[in-house]
Amino acid sequence: MTAYETIILTVITASTPLLLAAIGELVVERAGVLNLGIEGMMAMGAVSGFAMAQVTGSAWLGVLFAMLAGVAISMLFAFLTQSLVTNQVATGLSITLLGLGLSGLIGGGFVGMPGIKLDYVAIPVLSELPLVGKLIFGQDPLVYISILLTVGVAYTLKKTRIGLIIRAVGQNHHSAHALGYPVIKVRYACIAFGGLTSGLAGAYLSLVYTPQWIENMTAGRGWIALALVVFSTWLPARLAAGAYLFGGVWILGLYAQGMGVGIPSQFLSSLPYLATIIALIVISTNRRLSVINTPASLGQGFVPDR
Amino acid sequence: MQLILEKRAQASAIMNVASPVLAILLTVILGGIIFAAMGQPPLKALYIYFIDPLTNMWSIEEVLVKAAPLILIGIGLAVTFRANVWNIGAEGQLTAGALLGAMIPIFFAEWQSPLALLAMFALGMIGGAALAAIPALLKIRFGVNEILTSLMLVYIAQLLLDWLVRGPWKDPHGYNFPKSVAFDGWHLVPMFGDGRVHLGLFIALALAVVLFWMMNRTIKGFEIKVIGRAPRAGAFAGFSKTGTVWFCFLLSGALAGLAGIIEVAGPIGQLQPRISPSYGFTAIIVAFLGRLNPIGVIFAGLLLAISYIGGEGVQIELGVSDKTAQVFQGMLLFFILMCDTLIHYRVRFLGAKGAV
Amino acid sequence: MKKLLTAAATVALASAMSMSAMADKLKVGFIYIGPPGDHGWTYQHDQGRIAVENKLGDKVETVFVENVPEGPDAERTITRLARQGAGLIYTTSFGYMDPTLKVAKRFPDVKFEHATGYKRADNVATYSSRFYEGRYVIGQIAAKMSKSGTAGYIASFPIPEVVRGINSFLLGAQSVNPDFKLKVVWVNSWFDPGKEADAAKVLISQGADIITQHTDSTAAVQVAEEQGVYAFGQASDMAAFGPKSVLTSIIDDWAPYYIARTEAALNGTWESTDTFGGMDSGMVGMGPFANMPADVKAMAEKTTAAITDGSFHPFTGPIYKQDGSLAVKEGEILDIGTLLGMDWYVQGVDDQL
Repeated sequence: MTAYETIILTVITASTPLLLAAIGELVVERAGVLNLGIEGMMAMGAVSGFAMAQVTGSAWLGVLFAMLAGVAISMLFAFLTQSLVTNQVATGLSITLLGLGLSGLIGGGFVGMPGIKLDYVAIPVLSELPLVGKLIFGQDPLVYISILLTVGVAYTLKKTRIGLIIRAVGQNHHSAHALGYPVIKVRYACIAFGGLTSGLAGAYLSLVYTPQWIENMTAGRGWIALALVVFSTWLPARLAAGAYLFGGVWILGLYAQGMGVGIPSQFLSSLPYLATIIALIVISTNRRLSVINTPASLGQGFVPDR
Repeated sequence: MQLILEKRAQASAIMNVASPVLAILLTVILGGIIFAAMGQPPLKALYIYFIDPLTNMWSIEEVLVKAAPLILIGIGLAVTFRANVWNIGAEGQLTAGALLGAMIPIFFAEWQSPLALLAMFALGMIGGAALAAIPALLKIRFGVNEILTSLMLVYIAQLLLDWLVRGPWKDPHGYNFPKSVAFDGWHLVPMFGDGRVHLGLFIALALAVVLFWMMNRTIKGFEIKVIGRAPRAGAFAGFSKTGTVWFCFLLSGALAGLAGIIEVAGPIGQLQPRISPSYGFTAIIVAFLGRLNPIGVIFAGLLLAISYIGGEGVQIELGVSDKTAQVFQGMLLFFILMCDTLIHYRVRFLGAKGAV
Repeated sequence: MKKLLTAAATVALASAMSMSAMADKLKVGFIYIGPPGDHGWTYQHDQGRIAVENKLGDKVETVFVENVPEGPDAERTITRLARQGAGLIYTTSFGYMDPTLKVAKRFPDVKFEHATGYKRADNVATYSSRFYEGRYVIGQIAAKMSKSGTAGYIASFPIPEVVRGINSFLLGAQSVNPDFKLKVVWVNSWFDPGKEADAAKVLISQGADIITQHTDSTAAVQVAEEQGVYAFGQASDMAAFGPKSVLTSIIDDWAPYYIARTEAALNGTWESTDTFGGMDSGMVGMGPFANMPADVKAMAEKTTAAITDGSFHPFTGPIYKQDGSLAVKEGEILDIGTLLGMDWYVQGVDDQL
């Protein structure tokens, strides 16, 4: 493998968990819900996926179980914020705390075990192509899934009736309700989808990125995914671009160090966070970019009048 | 079965008091079940967790030491959240306050006078407020989401602290280990008795009372509540949304910064790479647990502090992982939010007759 | 509520009674900076604790507190162990230094052991490990096994212990190949598997074909295994994570020290000492030498033996600093003070402090 291939592959693996977690949250936010519990759902996905893979010996079963775990914990969030209209910010934080704590409790027995890695899918012949072969046709399966999900979400939101309903619910839940759309059910479904992709992102960490289970292995990635959604102005294509850009800045910091650039490592480590803030400013100053897609009901609870 | 919420005409006075009690009770019950599932005697575990910390003077003092920064940060956040302003970055503001305040002992070690301590407090507040001003400015000027910017700044502030204590600010006689010189004399927060209870606790309590008064007896408090509940109505009343955002960020930032310098100049006594076990984040729970009421925050801060001390006790005496403390805190917040719904709504199950 | 309280009080009484029944045992406390589940630093200390329990059985009772933040929480936790009757307390992170001393002053009858610090008292001993000895050996192996002549070093924080390790590694490598190059990436964490894996990948892409680390997770070893380069385990034997790539591991073995000191406390021979144990004391051990030809293995074994019997010191002159100035004259050995507070690189490190 050449150096440039390694770099690009590294950027892709660093970006994929962010993209996976963020694409679900994008749908959640489009439906007008703000779920700050990504970090907790990811941790639960990571530990469940790892545990299942260890017990059954199948990484794929692990992936499946991770998604289920993500959905399960997201349903707690949904019950509180949708059925009991609790404050979404605080509920999301409680999910993060619960998820991180529970994952540590569950994972205690799995520390120090070499994990089972999800195999690469090398598409025969095509992956042998010079230059681009390995990059495009030799990735791990979750990378393809993340891209398919991004395309799928983009298509669904823009072109389908389901997408229209989701957007209507996020835009103004009172009018959506008046039109006869089941606001709360739609939001439940979107939150479940968010849990599913966060679980998947967790599985990516414990079954692909670094196949092992360690406490707090999410290391703040859930929060970055959250920032990416705002950065994307709720557009899937821009979200993917943002995720890869972020992964790129992250790897660039490490790369610069390896080259012996005399900048304190703390400054390089803070680059991605600075980049996020700057990107948020750029996006937000451009009204045309941000206002159109911003779900107007974001973060507000909905109680049908009767 | 379907769940239906009916808005009460008036917030239920009974539920207002009962809801936190109910939440704590639910946490205790579910906690007992978790302990039992882990093969631990549930009653004993719960006793060590919640009651044992209050059974002797030493641990009561330790609870107070732990609660001081939580209360100090929590009261600021309570006011802020009331205004529907989301400052999630108190941890970073705490760090910034500690950094700026610590410049006096590090660069003016000879300046020994009560004024030096006051100057440290002032600088701490300025540092916290300055960092908090960034998300406020970005929100007002560019409409950037403050949750994310304030959070990102936490990491940046911590990395800055890390760089300073490993580089320019490290103790020249410390064998190159990452810590600043040890503060002494008037650069330390006065302690009381032979325990570790320090002035910070009293500052926190006093400020809680001041903020309670502000929220309930002044125009400013009214303005914050109106803007938080109904921004449009606030605008008609001539209240400024922008002004409120500024006020809340600067206030909560300054209080977090003050908590930071008090921790550094109090129980820690020097700068080191990590100065807070996530007080800034835990204070978010404290603010909600205290029902966004400064006096409530005092009790919430004490409760959380008990859960930390108790969590340690369970580890020592039963060998249970410290993750249980985290789970307990998550559960507590979870249940408190759940029970708060009962204050403003009646919950009815479709098909069932009674309502709660 | 009242009922609950009385029930709880009964339980408390019962637990107090059961505690006094075991009062003649020596209670040994451990304070951990991380979770024992990190499979690195804390894991190895916990292995030491378990070894004490196994060896001394009924004579001791061990307790530990994990994830204790450095600062006021550490002081409280240590105090608590002392108050609850611990006779010997190990505080296993550098940042516990001042808290340990403060508590020790208040509990003159309790014995304290602080890892990696430099402040002592009558009832506070310090202990640390000469990990750099192991790093010299792996440096030599690296230089023999590398084709590109460049190794990648994933480092945590620029404290003397880590800098010492980097220098020792490079000195070992240069003793085999004077032109050997070392690239360093600081990840600013002891423990972030994702970041460590990324750093390993970046270093490999920059031409390093040997990866070594001073961070605690096994992520970098897994990357090396996947990309077909060599790696070394850190803190614990990491061969299971890289059966084809791990050449050997530097193993922190606290068990012999913990057992010896706990026994000393039991028979009343405990004194405040400063232990800087290396291969000779068994505190630094090498994992099995694997994946290398016989001559490299022989060289590694010979160096290990020479360091163990004291006939060789990794920091023997001539040693040049990065800026070209002479740090240690030919034939002399670097003094311990400089070694403990090391804040400069030797020549050949492709990085700046």
